[in-house]
Amino acid sequence: MIKTVVMERKPLSLSERTYLPQIASGLKTTFSNLFKKKVTLQYPEQRPSIPRGYRGVPTLVKDPNGREKCVSCQLCEFVCPPKAIRITPGHIPEDDEERSHVEKAPEEFEIDMLRCIYCGYCEEVCPEEAIFLQENYSLSGYSREELVNDKEKLYEMGGTLPDKHFKWDKKKTDEEQGNAH
Amino acid sequence: MSANVKVDMVTIILNGEEVEVPDGINLIEAAQIHGREVPHYCYHPKLTVAGNCRMCLVEMGMPMRDRGTGEPVLDSDGNQKIGWIPKPVIGCGTNVSPGMRVNTDSPLAKDSREGIMEFLLVNHPLDCPICDQAGECRLQEFAMDYGRGYSRFVERKNVKPKRTRLGPKVTLDDERCILCSRCIRFCQEVAKDDVLGFVDRGSYSTLTCFPGKELSNNYSLNTVDICPVGALTSSDFRFKMRVWFLKESPSICSESSAGANTLVESREGQIYRITPRRNDSVNDTWMTDSGRELFKKVKSESRLTAHRTNGCVDTLDAAVSFSVELLSNEKIAIVGSCNSSVEEQYLLRKLADQTKAKIHLPGHFGEDDGLLLSADRTPNLRGALATGMVKKYPSDNLKPLALQLVKGAVKTLLVVNEDLFALGITKEHLKKAKIIYVGTHVNETSKMADVVLAGLTVFEKSGTFINRNFRLQKFFQAVPGPAGLVPDFLVLNRIASELSGKVAESLGLESLWKEIGKLRTSCLKGIAYREIPSDGLDLDPGKLADLSYVEGPALNFSPIKAKTTDKMKPKAAKD
Repeated sequence: MIKTVVMERKPLSLSERTYLPQIASGLKTTFSNLFKKKVTLQYPEQRPSIPRGYRGVPTLVKDPNGREKCVSCQLCEFVCPPKAIRITPGHIPEDDEERSHVEKAPEEFEIDMLRCIYCGYCEEVCPEEAIFLQENYSLSGYSREELVNDKEKLYEMGGTLPDKHFKWDKKKTDEEQGNAH
Repeated sequence: MSANVKVDMVTIILNGEEVEVPDGINLIEAAQIHGREVPHYCYHPKLTVAGNCRMCLVEMGMPMRDRGTGEPVLDSDGNQKIGWIPKPVIGCGTNVSPGMRVNTDSPLAKDSREGIMEFLLVNHPLDCPICDQAGECRLQEFAMDYGRGYSRFVERKNVKPKRTRLGPKVTLDDERCILCSRCIRFCQEVAKDDVLGFVDRGSYSTLTCFPGKELSNNYSLNTVDICPVGALTSSDFRFKMRVWFLKESPSICSESSAGANTLVESREGQIYRITPRRNDSVNDTWMTDSGRELFKKVKSESRLTAHRTNGCVDTLDAAVSFSVELLSNEKIAIVGSCNSSVEEQYLLRKLADQTKAKIHLPGHFGEDDGLLLSADRTPNLRGALATGMVKKYPSDNLKPLALQLVKGAVKTLLVVNEDLFALGITKEHLKKAKIIYVGTHVNETSKMADVVLAGLTVFEKSGTFINRNFRLQKFFQAVPGPAGLVPDFLVLNRIASELSGKVAESLGLESLWKEIGKLRTSCLKGIAYREIPSDGLDLDPGKLADLSYVEGPALNFSPIKAKTTDKMKPKAAKD
């Protein structure tokens, strides 16, 4: 059995009944903040500074030579927990002098931003360092279709990032410098 | 090959454990039987042993005997001494013998593997992100399992041609090739089309076609399957889909009565490729290239996707009741199909008994290639005989039906998946006849039909076929069919039930096989669906063995009459 205990509320003291001490202490806080530096931002005119490693909207990036890095290995599609990524793999034609030795590139690359949970697994898994969650955090649209980013939009948002490896360039040099059989 | 040949067992000591293995097998197989993996690239159970990849190195020793007297050499404890071979031996080229000591994970064996792995990876490109083999690549797997984990190679890697065309269906990436020679041996030994070879030496070695030749035989894509790395790729499947997305469904190749066991690989209702499934009694590990293309018809434009009555799209209920109405008349004939499953053929027979119709069965014949494309180009001709749907061996035309049509003895025709006009029937003949067509694709007959019941392809339904060895084999649904279509056997069952004025009961393959198992005079008597093993069940053909079948001797198959002489030994089993 649960016993019900009736608690008597303590009656208010005189100073409490006047409310004056409480008002005074409240105003103290107000006035102390009046002279401090502002912490609020006038969003959207003003934007916050984004810390390093921030996970914004996933984008596709190009290498410093302006070539697409993604080779459509579909690992991001595989690892994506909410299945937001959808890739249609494609060939790079043999007559493309710049990139024919890379052979493979996405024909279509779609990320459904209504599904994306910004976990960053795609960036982590990418063997070609082609997908990055960059600083863009605000995303809006009028329809569901609008929020599916296609390849063109992903490259537009991604831009160019510095590359440490130049894997495919190295391969080309190897070929030109006599290791070709 | 057959299971009742008694195999002698020998005892070997595998990793210090005494185990029994069949005599005559090599160390890779022996270790596999007892759950030890000996990694290998060039060895393939269905090809000769080449022993050139050196990946399967193990440590081996034999009990010592004196060379002069043959007496066992004993150590101080009185046990027979073991003469360990000072260097590792290849598991694929070493056969078991009594008392043999084998160490598959001794430090020496591990060291050898690591060394071999390092050498194989020296010039192997870092292509995994663009390589179709990734996910089913032995090099990838063994590099993880037995490799050293990092590369000491700082020099430049070799660059070789990346997309050499070996034939109409196969593309070669020379850089990835590890020179295991499986493809060469396959072409020589199984396909009997010797077109591949290595040229140049050392790191310049490359796989190539002999001058003026190309890899264009009907088995060329098997080289892609057996390639342990991504060197040989299918030009058709190349860059289409990564293999880890593909769902594999066991199926049977419906190209011919060879009945090759296959895996249909699909993703989200779309089939991407068909690969062979190993079955040592049927197709070993091979299948035809033409059989791999069959899935392309599933989503073709000529596919029937809706039921029709009098040319207009209609519901299944309406189409079935219209069919029942037509079949209630007199003078009915049925044209069955050797492409139907055993279940459909059984129901068709039942329907014929009900309507007193005569069943005509056309066969489709071609050239026998002695391997896995048999002269009978339908998967289930023997099913029609076994279910008793027809008694006589089918011919390639429908002349008897044409005669009956001319005489006016047939007013309603139920056609299952056959084009009458390709079988000797003319429009003239069909002037007065009503046609019910059950089938998957549009053809001249379906265009003329009064009722069209759209059916499912072999990839979209489950069932059984009986192949040329009288082996009953199950196939399973791989992808969903077009919306609104149900398996053919359900449609036939509904028609049969409604004809006798009953409401069709829901029917599964299990319950249907309870009925089929009751066929008294058939070789299917007493078989339950769930008891058919995944690699098939050999039936006793009984009297059906006396018919004259068109198939000639082929891989794992000898025509029944020739069986007593036992002239044809399966080619692959020899090695």
